[in-house]
Amino acid sequence: MTEWTILWEARALFLDGLLATLGLFALSIICAFVLGCAWVFLLEERNRLSIVVRGWINLMRTLPFLILAYLLYYGLPELGLRMSAWTAGLLALVIYHAAYFAEILRGSRLVLPEGYIEAAKAHGFTPLRLYLRITLPQLLIKTRPLLGNQLIIALKDTAFLTIITVQELTAAANSVQSTYFIPTQAFVVVIVMYWLISICLELALKRAGRFGARRGFDHV
Amino acid sequence: MSEPSIAIPAVSIRKLSKSFDGVEVLRDIDLVVNKGEVVSVLGSSGSGKSTMLRCINWLEEPDRGSIHIAGQRIGINEQTRRKMTSKELATLRARTGMVFQGFNLWPHLSVIQNVMESPIYVKRMPKDQARAIAVELLEKVGLADKHEAYPFTLSGGQKQRVAIARALAMSPEVILFDEPTSALDPERVGEVLQVMKNLSSEGYTMIVVTHEMEFARAVSDQVVFLDKGRIIEKAPPLKFFSNPDTERVRKFLEITA
Repeated sequence: MTEWTILWEARALFLDGLLATLGLFALSIICAFVLGCAWVFLLEERNRLSIVVRGWINLMRTLPFLILAYLLYYGLPELGLRMSAWTAGLLALVIYHAAYFAEILRGSRLVLPEGYIEAAKAHGFTPLRLYLRITLPQLLIKTRPLLGNQLIIALKDTAFLTIITVQELTAAANSVQSTYFIPTQAFVVVIVMYWLISICLELALKRAGRFGARRGFDHV
Repeated sequence: MSEPSIAIPAVSIRKLSKSFDGVEVLRDIDLVVNKGEVVSVLGSSGSGKSTMLRCINWLEEPDRGSIHIAGQRIGINEQTRRKMTSKELATLRARTGMVFQGFNLWPHLSVIQNVMESPIYVKRMPKDQARAIAVELLEKVGLADKHEAYPFTLSGGQKQRVAIARALAMSPEVILFDEPTSALDPERVGEVLQVMKNLSSEGYTMIVVTHEMEFARAVSDQVVFLDKGRIIEKAPPLKFFSNPDTERVRKFLEITA
């Protein structure tokens, strides 16, 4: 039996891992994205809460992702909060990448011309509607390439969760390679899979760029 | 019902003062604008014209004084004596319209969406109704063929006419114009002024900060002149342009004539 036939025999394992990775990734980036947008809305008000949010975002940005995952999975049980590996991993992805999404949007918010906001205020928009209808859409159009990059980073960060025993794609490869001792081939397979997902993400985001281009936005 | 409301001015400003970092830009401004009136606000750059206008819808927060929009105080809740919440402020701002020097059309929305946006998301108007109003208003400002265009494809004059339609869509008590033609090339100024002239003859209440003397002379009911943050002259255009009380205005008119 060659190494490649072994891998083919183990395809169910890879497929399960792939589905777990895709599920984890999809759910985590949706939640992280919504949370990141919420952080930026809270930053708009410039009150005490926004200072706390700012501090939290900075804390997340200075923390290695793996340590956050360790803390949630191995640290929190000491405080009586026990989660499954999957839940802890998801939570880590969500709060970590929410901070990055927020930071990307915040950077764009800083250079958004105030006139658009003033026009909306003058027409009677309340803060939340103003944010959702006028501010956020423009931020998303302008930051599309950066958001796309962050999605790919988030995808790759799911691989870390193998260390806290989440049964995702990298865990599948690791299990196959250690059982049959074929590390190169097993990892090449998952590398190709991560690569394919990334390509799909890139293509989808490129299409989304047309939305901004039609509206005359630059560098989208 | 409507009889008593006629007496309430669209805008009344009392003892309005405002400083920026210790520099006084407005001092004891008093101004009453009645319904259907057009008031032109003149003065050199830095005289406080725009700040005064921006105080009316609380884009700038005055230090002292009061402003009433159709009888309702803006900025301060009269019952609680506290600053208005953003929601209360929004409700009152929805009754004023504003047209900016830099247009400020929302770039991610098409022309008709720009006009429909506030009726739908501020007034909670059904989409069909908002669209019908927007179609009518774009017709009025001469842009019936631009519904689906995005702002970046329009000329300055066209953008400003969309901005006027956007303000009108909220049926405001008063429309505030902040140097609406200052960013336009001379060929485009006329089309915007013509739209504004039409509005005045339709009975819209307008406060217009401008450098367009001819517009002020032909269209306004009152001309107000600001100098160093004070109103130093307030008169009907005929008197203002032919026989001003102050030397400062006489000089201003000589230079700009």
